[in-house]
Amino acid sequence: MNTTVASTPDKQRLIVVGNGMVGHHCIEQLLANGALEQYRIDVFGEEAQRAYDRVHLSEYFGGRDAESLAMSAASLYDAEGLTLHLSAQVLEIDRAKREVITAKGRFGYDKLVLATGSYPFVPPIEGAEGKSRLVYRTLDDLDAIRAAAKGKRRGVVVGGGLLGLEAANALKSLGLEAHVVEFAPRLMPVQLDDFGGAALKKRIEDLGVGVHLSKATQSITAGEDYRYRMNFAGEDFLETDLIVFSAGIRPQDALARACGLELGPRGGININDQCLTSDEHIYAIGECAAWNGGIFGLVAPGYQMARLVAAELCGLEGSPFLGADMSTKLKLLGVDVGSIGDAHGAMPGAKSYRYIDEATASYRRLVVSADGKQVLGAVLVGDNSYYDTLLQYAQNGIELPADPASLILPAGEGAPALGADALPATATICSCHNVSKASICEAIDGGCTDLAGIKSCTKAATGCGGCAALLKQVFEHELTARGVAVDKSLCEHFAYTRQELYHFVRVEGIESFEELLAKHGKGHVGCDICKPAVGSILASCWNKPIMDPSLVPLQDTNDTFMANMQKNGTYSVVPRIPGGEITPEGLIAIGQVAKKYDLYTKITGGQRIDLFGAQLHELPDIWGELIAAGFETGHAYGKSTRTVKSCVGSTWCRYGVQDSVKMALDIEHRYKGLRSPHKLKFAVSGCTRECAEAQSKDIGVIATENGWNLYVCGNGGMRPRHAELFATDLDDATLIRYIDRLLMFYIRTADKLQRTSVWRESLEGGLDYLKDVIIHDSLGLAAELEAQMQLVVDRYECEWANALSDPEKLKRFRTFVNEHGGDPDIHFVKERGQRRPARSGELHLIPLTEEAH
Amino acid sequence: MSQSNTALNIAEYWQPLCSRNDLVANSGVVALVEGQQVALFYLPDTEEEVFAIGNRDPKSGANVIGRGIVGQMGGDLVIASPLYKQHFRLSDGSCVEYPEQQLQVWPARLCGDRVEIRL
Repeated sequence: MNTTVASTPDKQRLIVVGNGMVGHHCIEQLLANGALEQYRIDVFGEEAQRAYDRVHLSEYFGGRDAESLAMSAASLYDAEGLTLHLSAQVLEIDRAKREVITAKGRFGYDKLVLATGSYPFVPPIEGAEGKSRLVYRTLDDLDAIRAAAKGKRRGVVVGGGLLGLEAANALKSLGLEAHVVEFAPRLMPVQLDDFGGAALKKRIEDLGVGVHLSKATQSITAGEDYRYRMNFAGEDFLETDLIVFSAGIRPQDALARACGLELGPRGGININDQCLTSDEHIYAIGECAAWNGGIFGLVAPGYQMARLVAAELCGLEGSPFLGADMSTKLKLLGVDVGSIGDAHGAMPGAKSYRYIDEATASYRRLVVSADGKQVLGAVLVGDNSYYDTLLQYAQNGIELPADPASLILPAGEGAPALGADALPATATICSCHNVSKASICEAIDGGCTDLAGIKSCTKAATGCGGCAALLKQVFEHELTARGVAVDKSLCEHFAYTRQELYHFVRVEGIESFEELLAKHGKGHVGCDICKPAVGSILASCWNKPIMDPSLVPLQDTNDTFMANMQKNGTYSVVPRIPGGEITPEGLIAIGQVAKKYDLYTKITGGQRIDLFGAQLHELPDIWGELIAAGFETGHAYGKSTRTVKSCVGSTWCRYGVQDSVKMALDIEHRYKGLRSPHKLKFAVSGCTRECAEAQSKDIGVIATENGWNLYVCGNGGMRPRHAELFATDLDDATLIRYIDRLLMFYIRTADKLQRTSVWRESLEGGLDYLKDVIIHDSLGLAAELEAQMQLVVDRYECEWANALSDPEKLKRFRTFVNEHGGDPDIHFVKERGQRRPARSGELHLIPLTEEAH
Repeated sequence: MSQSNTALNIAEYWQPLCSRNDLVANSGVVALVEGQQVALFYLPDTEEEVFAIGNRDPKSGANVIGRGIVGQMGGDLVIASPLYKQHFRLSDGSCVEYPEQQLQVWPARLCGDRVEIRL
């Protein structure tokens, strides 16, 4: 074998073994420090891929590919003097000659950095092999799990720690019935205490993942119903198709061991505060290194070591490694889990405050010092919104408030939030990239005025992303402190938010856009942002028909023509079908209209029928026929009540406990025509089986033995959100009263185009505040909200019926003011028995005479 | 086509399209002129009062400009396409967001109750 000699003799040779997250971070830092001026750098990675994000590994099964998980663009390693060797295992280190040996040859070094990471520990269990001995660490491991899971039903993860639960999530997203087997009597034994473990277990079981505690697997044999049987101590067993071991990690110290480097008492390469090993030419960083005998199995301490070594190698002063904070905040299987500092209260004299909520399986523990002045640690299960504040108290030694328990009590009870201004300049905001509040302020003073700029300039919130919310808070606070207004204007014509404009309209009784613009805006025209927003406010407040001449110019084309414009300029038409209930006669009438006007017909997700391909001049005729058959407008075009989906309920269903269709009809007829900041969707389910999917709606109603449970502020679409349980066992009248109040409160206070879900999340005080306002009438608004809703309800009329009776309004439904007929440029072709818009490539197929009529 | 050639030869030829009563204040309608679709916007509070601009949205290829919302951006009167919401200046048909998109514009006027454009 030949020794590769550095091509530039005046440069030193630096070798980094390992291209995981920490090894990669070291390279990034070296490049940033200008290391290529004095070193030629070779990087050896055992895997075929360059460094990728192991923290988000389970997203690989959620649709992310290997490249999107990569830590950097491939071009980073194209720098002159830097070479990345992938699929290149280092076999040996020859410390005497200062060479590393690979299958391709010997490579000399002046300085060597070991970032070899760790490997999954698999306990010696009889019968564990092949698909009963999978591990969860690398992309290759995940490919193996995917292959093993194909066509299978059940998967088991051995190990209920952080990685084990991640692995269970991966199995779940592969469609397997997932189980977790843990040796200890609770989940996440390192980070959580018994109460926390119990809350987490409850939540995970609710997600359909089996949890088996205090189980020691003795052997794996052939199963009866599944491929394998795991035999536990005692008579117990569990059958499964595959087994993933995630029972902890072990430092990958084989190379160091073989070349005689000093190791820690429980393995790992011994390092000092400078991350130097027992050989002064060799550093070790990340999970392969043992500092003070301990291994740090998180990415943040690894990054800390990488930064230090990169600085040392470039002759810069790095801060010595003096241990690391193992606090961590995670979302495991969608469940918030947080652990800070001395989570178990092990320090002498430590005292704990605990908040246990068995109803929602939430748990919070605050560990404070003997004198009650400092936060020592914390455990969170179910809600990590407390984490940032607690961490700042713990890390920065901020003195506790008079009532420390308030830090973990539900926010509705007035927990004193630790504002961004209370943080000292030294406070670490992003621990992955070690970004302090001071460096964020520096970046702002350096001219960064948007959040994206702060992120790219400081790298804050670009690691695990856990600090994103805190970063935003600090950023906005600092901007405001510098006198930079955070601009919340609606548009260039109104320097107000929608809420403020709503207030003007109501309080001053403003009934037209012109009046509002003259009194509170700029210019005399407005734009396509403010006009529809104000149009919606006016309609919500005074419920004048949207075809009113003063409102017409404000509307989006869909509202103007009371139909939904599609890509070729034609419209779709949706008649209201309340509750999704329709008579055969109604169905036939819709069919006849569709047939007569050759409309493409499709069933919608809201239990109605959408008719596509109508031209402007056809809309009045189509609606004339629909109204004659007893239909009215479905408001599919408006930011308004859309549908109330329902199941058949107690009328037909053997499980139904209330008449869900009747309730759906009542709700739909009450709120139809209500204009709001965004569309509103409702559903009513007749029992807890929830066939109407009410928990994904703005307003969801689910029948109980005793009445109705009300769920609010759910959302499907791009960013789904489960609706939250708002009130239980309501009678009909109370249910309607709460919905009246809630919707009107939303209309009053929401932002432009803000769905109820986003509105709810933006409410300070959260769900408890909303309950106070709506149920307990804490603002004294309830009567007013109800009266306002009643006014809107009383003024309802079908906009289409109104338009059809007014020749002046019908005038608008002409494709051309000076010709009859339709747009000659609209062409259709047939597909699956119906017509659809022709694509540009299909136009030559269409005879020019087709549309002449 | 011969008719339009003739028209072009006559300086100051104003073609009547419809009556003021066909227009909708602060909004648009569409007229068909020798196979071309012209969107007409009636803004009674402006000096020009009537604007004529091409009805075909270059991005979607659909004839929808006349159904957009009139607004003001900076100092310019603009029309927002109802499909993808890009803005065109009523004065010269240029697109605010995408310089490569351009609409034709015609001089337009109210002559008594008649709406006319110059071809």
